[in-house]
Amino acid sequence: MAGIDDHAPPPFFKRGPAPLALLTFYLAVSLALFVVDLRMQSLGLLRQAVAVAVDPVQRAAQTPGSLVDHALVYMQGLQAMQEENSRLKQAQLLTAPNLQRLEHLEAENERLRQLLAVKEREKAGGQVAQIMYTVRDPFSRRIIVDKGQQAGIVAGQPAIDEAGVIGQVTRVFPFSAEITLITDKDQAVPVQIARSGQRSVVFGLGNGQLELRYIPASADVQTGDLLVTSGLDGIFLSGFPVARVSKVERDSAFAFARIIAEPLAGVENFAEVMILAPREPLPPPPENAAPRGNANSGGGKRLKGR
Amino acid sequence: MQPTFTSSRILLPVRPWFVVLTLILALLVNLLPTANWPGFPDWVALVLAFWSIREYRRVGMGWAFVLGLAMDVADGAVLGQHCFAYVLLAYAAAAQSRRILWFPVAQQALQVLPLLLGAQVVQLLMRLVAGADFPGWGYLIGPFVAALLWLPGTFLLLLPQYQPVHRDENRPL
Repeated sequence: MAGIDDHAPPPFFKRGPAPLALLTFYLAVSLALFVVDLRMQSLGLLRQAVAVAVDPVQRAAQTPGSLVDHALVYMQGLQAMQEENSRLKQAQLLTAPNLQRLEHLEAENERLRQLLAVKEREKAGGQVAQIMYTVRDPFSRRIIVDKGQQAGIVAGQPAIDEAGVIGQVTRVFPFSAEITLITDKDQAVPVQIARSGQRSVVFGLGNGQLELRYIPASADVQTGDLLVTSGLDGIFLSGFPVARVSKVERDSAFAFARIIAEPLAGVENFAEVMILAPREPLPPPPENAAPRGNANSGGGKRLKGR
Repeated sequence: MQPTFTSSRILLPVRPWFVVLTLILALLVNLLPTANWPGFPDWVALVLAFWSIREYRRVGMGWAFVLGLAMDVADGAVLGQHCFAYVLLAYAAAAQSRRILWFPVAQQALQVLPLLLGAQVVQLLMRLVAGADFPGWGYLIGPFVAALLWLPGTFLLLLPQYQPVHRDENRPL
């Protein structure tokens, strides 16, 4: 005989799961997302799917700003445009002799390199992209440009402007791409000092400056030294200007000098960037780990162990 | 429709499409280029807190999670950062709903401020633990501005519910 306690109350009021259970569930999912995205970087697909959904809202939000921009350009009028045009023509004329000889020099360089049996230098090619906006996340320094998978952009491509390197493509969405600036805390660029040829790596400081690390306190670094990409990373072509040393602090208590540099490119203020084509992969490093004698016997094992 | 000690009006029931519309509009405002200005409030958090307090049966943690995901992707933040904060915000707002609605609107703003500030601090802590730099105190000004916006926000978001059921020809509003 069933007592009255056996019957559940009739479902007059549909309630769903308890709030605390829901809270635990959502918080657990959020934390899992956070950790997986930070540590494993394997959520690209989810991010892209959400990006496609958010994209229309994002474009709509950009519209008023770009309308104002267009209106300003329109109001600026003919005269300003003409002035700018004549200035640009002059600049082009100034650079023309160098450019005309550049082609000749590149051909000559190539021929000489072939004579010397040195690998040919890669030429820099790429595509121009327009900056849409800076990323709102206050913890990082990144920008979004208007070219993405559709234009063949892939993650890892370097980006420059007319003065120097500004950063590197880190995420690619269908219609846009995210460029991490060299001033971001997580961004590092292998450079060499143009004057002395010493190689090092610059790191972003997160406040618009760069720091040149791992340079011995006794090294030959002066204020005003130009830092150019060294090209050792296989991502940046060598020779692009990156920054200029602004402060050198030598403290005998530390093994390394503290060297601060200012980026050359208008890293925080620009309208258009050039995204360089990805480099050809570097040749694999030589295998000097295996001694010559037992290369046949233990080679496979050694490779696995590394 | 909560009784408050100054309550004099009985509001119309909220229209679900209006809730969705305001949430999407808040997302739109958050994505404006002005969002980089110091002290620019997080509109999604504000509107989400509002509806979580007023209509916790319609807008809850599910909406918070989805909006958080959208904000994470749009901001370029780490996935899950806004989700976590918004879900906590929605839960706390719903739990405090009856208490907060008892106060007049100006004091409600004071009650909502800790919730919004908490959501911001949670995000700050998550990123600091993950190894980011402290972005400056300007990051924590946003919730204070948002709390100031509670009064005009309440008026605007409740405007459709103020309308009378039967239209009176002699009274235009």
